[in-house]
Amino acid sequence: MSLNTTSAPPTFVTVLLRGLLAGLVAGLLAGTFAYVVGEPRIEAAIAIEEAATHAAPAVGHDHHQDELVSREGQRGGLFLATGLFGAAMGGLLATAYALLRRRLRTADDGRSGLLLAGGALLGAVIVPFLKYPPNPPAVGDPDTINQRTGTYLLMVVLGLVAVWAGSLGHRSIRRGAPPWLRAGAAGGGFLLVAVVSHLVLPSFEEVPDDFPATLLWNFRLASLGTQVVLWAATGLLFTALMSRGRRPALDRDAGRLPAPGRSAFDAGTPARP
Amino acid sequence: MSSSTPAQPLVRPAASPRMLWAALAVVGALLLLAYLVAFDQGAVSRSGMYLHELMHDGRHLLGVPCH
Ligand SMILES: [Zn+2]
Repeated sequence: MSLNTTSAPPTFVTVLLRGLLAGLVAGLLAGTFAYVVGEPRIEAAIAIEEAATHAAPAVGHDHHQDELVSREGQRGGLFLATGLFGAAMGGLLATAYALLRRRLRTADDGRSGLLLAGGALLGAVIVPFLKYPPNPPAVGDPDTINQRTGTYLLMVVLGLVAVWAGSLGHRSIRRGAPPWLRAGAAGGGFLLVAVVSHLVLPSFEEVPDDFPATLLWNFRLASLGTQVVLWAATGLLFTALMSRGRRPALDRDAGRLPAPGRSAFDAGTPARP
Repeated sequence: MSSSTPAQPLVRPAASPRMLWAALAVVGALLLLAYLVAFDQGAVSRSGMYLHELMHDGRHLLGVPCH
């Protein structure tokens, strides 16, 4: 299995670059979604926040008015944020793909890229979203921002642990077992960790009584949609880029890479004495 | 388990320590980049609050607690 003359598998560097590119493009797509769907909600929330600040000037830290960056700048900075964040997530996806590819046991590599992106969406987005739904400006007590940041990050980690527990559950059932049994074990492992996390971690009820419920709901949907676009596009683009490398005509990347002596990343050429 | 997977894998990672160290370094750098977008308030970017403010709307819409 170590011969790689006809179609050398891409190296770790190649996989990583494809992941970064997929994530960057996906981030810009997510930014476009966020700009169209989310920005009107943010503007509406900031209008409420400013009205409240003018009514009671002692509200404290308010970083929408210190004019360091104008509102126009922040709307444009949205694309910088989602682009950079997307590139980071795409790179992480590619690294996970390179490390876990063999262990996923999917029928083909295309599926394992999508499976990983789906797992990230479920664990790092949907599980934290249900426990700590995102808030627009004007919602949230500045005094608890550190606790909320810490518990949010913990929830992201626990969400990924829940997905991992689901995969363990799936594997704990032998291969010949009926599909519902394996799916049930996967769901059980996932739910066990996700539900316990939800019950154990603290909740924060900080939405002001007079904040419009529909605006809050629409903002949260826009935020969820942004992240779904980000991960769906990252998974699809990364899978598409990986499948391009399969065609021999497009397999130039392998040729450009350094000699086997330097390429310890190169999975296809394990260093052997 | 079953070693009769039909498709030839695109990536066959040699689980060499070097590969793992490289992956670890990459993960660290990418987490730092994500931190820069999602949480940094000038300590890493050395830009004061400028980058923090510039990426403010993205932070909200990416679901990160902001304020
Ligand atoms: Zn904010």
